[in-house]
Amino acid sequence: MMTSYLFRTLDAKAGVFIAILLAVILLVPALNILIAPDNFFHVPNYAVTLMGKYLTYALLALSVDLVWGFCGILSLGHGAFFALGGYAMGMYLMRQIGTRGVYGDPTLPDFMVFLNWQELPWYWYGFDMAWFAFLMVMIAPGILAFVFGWFAFRSRVTGVYLSIITQALTYALLLAFFRNDMGFGGNNGLTDFKDILGFDIQASSTRAGLFVASGLALLVCFLICRYVTKSKLGKVLVAVRDAESRTRFLGYRVEYYKLFVWVLSAMMAGIAGALYVPQVGIINPGEFAPANSIEVVIWVAVGGRGTLIGAVLGAVLVNFAKTWFTAALPDVWLFALGALFVVVTLFLPKGILGTIGDGWTALRQRRVSSNAQAGGGKPPKTPPTSPAAAANVDPQPAE
Amino acid sequence: MSRQNTLLYLDGVSVSFDGFRAINDLSMVITHGEMRAIIGPNGAGKTTMMDIITGKTRPDSGEVFFNGVVDLTAEDEASIAELGIGRKFQKPTVFESHTVWDNLELALKAPRGPFATLFHMISGAEKTRIEDLLTLIRLGDKRDELAANLSHGQKQWLEIGMLLAQDPKLLLVDEPAAGMTDAETMETAELLKDIAKTHSVVVVEHDMTFIRALGVKVTCLAEGSVLAEGSLDHVSADERVIEVYLGR
Repeated sequence: MMTSYLFRTLDAKAGVFIAILLAVILLVPALNILIAPDNFFHVPNYAVTLMGKYLTYALLALSVDLVWGFCGILSLGHGAFFALGGYAMGMYLMRQIGTRGVYGDPTLPDFMVFLNWQELPWYWYGFDMAWFAFLMVMIAPGILAFVFGWFAFRSRVTGVYLSIITQALTYALLLAFFRNDMGFGGNNGLTDFKDILGFDIQASSTRAGLFVASGLALLVCFLICRYVTKSKLGKVLVAVRDAESRTRFLGYRVEYYKLFVWVLSAMMAGIAGALYVPQVGIINPGEFAPANSIEVVIWVAVGGRGTLIGAVLGAVLVNFAKTWFTAALPDVWLFALGALFVVVTLFLPKGILGTIGDGWTALRQRRVSSNAQAGGGKPPKTPPTSPAAAANVDPQPAE
Repeated sequence: MSRQNTLLYLDGVSVSFDGFRAINDLSMVITHGEMRAIIGPNGAGKTTMMDIITGKTRPDSGEVFFNGVVDLTAEDEASIAELGIGRKFQKPTVFESHTVWDNLELALKAPRGPFATLFHMISGAEKTRIEDLLTLIRLGDKRDELAANLSHGQKQWLEIGMLLAQDPKLLLVDEPAAGMTDAETMETAELLKDIAKTHSVVVVEHDMTFIRALGVKVTCLAEGSVLAEGSLDHVSADERVIEVYLGR
């Protein structure tokens, strides 16, 4: 019943998006592995990894859009959940190194041997098992989000104050993870990974596998976000975004709704981080940098908040531009990013996708009215009247 | 009257904000099935009283009981709404980026927890109920319209519809006729009288023609306490009411 409900809520836009994403998931690895390197259509290894990285960023943007676009929680600290997921994955990859490290210690990672630690800290236990580590990828950010959200939402901290606290949260974690005593490799973080699930992490087939995993994670999380936002719960979230106290007076416990979506979003960010780390080969405290989290918000704003697809689009476009700029005109990039944010805020407040959506609606209405003016012929297309159709209307962010 | 038989019971309620006594030793009783109109000058504490009843503001002292037994001062907004007290705000507050239909669906009496709503499927009975409400508030042809696109009067009506959708025992209605045309005001009065047949209602209003059309017991508040109470004729003949509110 739920799956049928999910499919009914998929409109044309979502269908196109899923089709494109599936095509990318299949084509990129195929063109990388099956086509000879000298062929024009061959996708080089570095490009597979680069695009895989974009997909994890897209998933991170999706998680931010879920809380910001639909519930009005502007998180400036989602990088913290991303990095925590990344660290959980990094810990697993470190344990996989085994005796191949510089010091050849079977259990202790190199940096612990270097610090003269005698045994593994308790919080590293279990990370040699993949299932445990992959579970922690979601649970660690989830627990942090739950504790943080429990206090913040119960105390009714909202708006800019909440944004500032999220920023402080990620900054505090940045400082904490820089310390060697924390047991996460300090400044250098975790790196020198050898293999994942028994596959050589440098092999092009593993790279392709990670790319596919990133694409599938994005797809599944997109479908989950889609289901959540189209459900009655999603309508409550938008109600909270637009008129929080009204929602309370209707009898909804706003803090529980916020907590639910906040924890869900943090888990998705954690998965994104976990898929990011094996592809870039390192996780260090730099990932907690407040600037990173702010950049994610820019991606979502550029693509169009409250549209899900827009978040993915924005993340890919901005990061593609970043790759191009930092190679061609490295000094200009930050100015370009700043200018982009200003331009989008001023001229495209609904982002790329929101603006396209508006244009589409306006065009269709004009066609309907001109049809009506032409008189007779075809009757004008009436707007949908059934509640199921009404549920299809994309919630537009109110400014 | 003993507390047990009342629907809403306020006794000696006081609250002050930064030294200003918004509500001062206010006592009032609403019985089951009663409709009551509340009048009073600006700053008399009408909206603050509603804030206290709905849990938005905690009183400094005094007792507030619902159904004779439930201490409202110990509950928060959400649980008070669950108990069956619905509120319409002075400024119409609807969910602007939702359709009229979705606004009603959100208000409809149903489990309010996040997991209940996550897996909620709208039932046939719920659809019928929403249809009935749409007819009642005369927004049937606007069901797919975003609430933001409604006129002021229509938003007022939608909010009354949302109130009814909650199926509360007690409706607190703050200035339902504000910003309405004379014809709309009269229609709203008729609607409220209809609602009062099956619910208890407290209406705050400035429009004396509207109050007269309701034809119910009136309480006049001033400076945070009850100045006069009784029929409209009785209250409007009161010297002090004329002094502070009606004017000579």
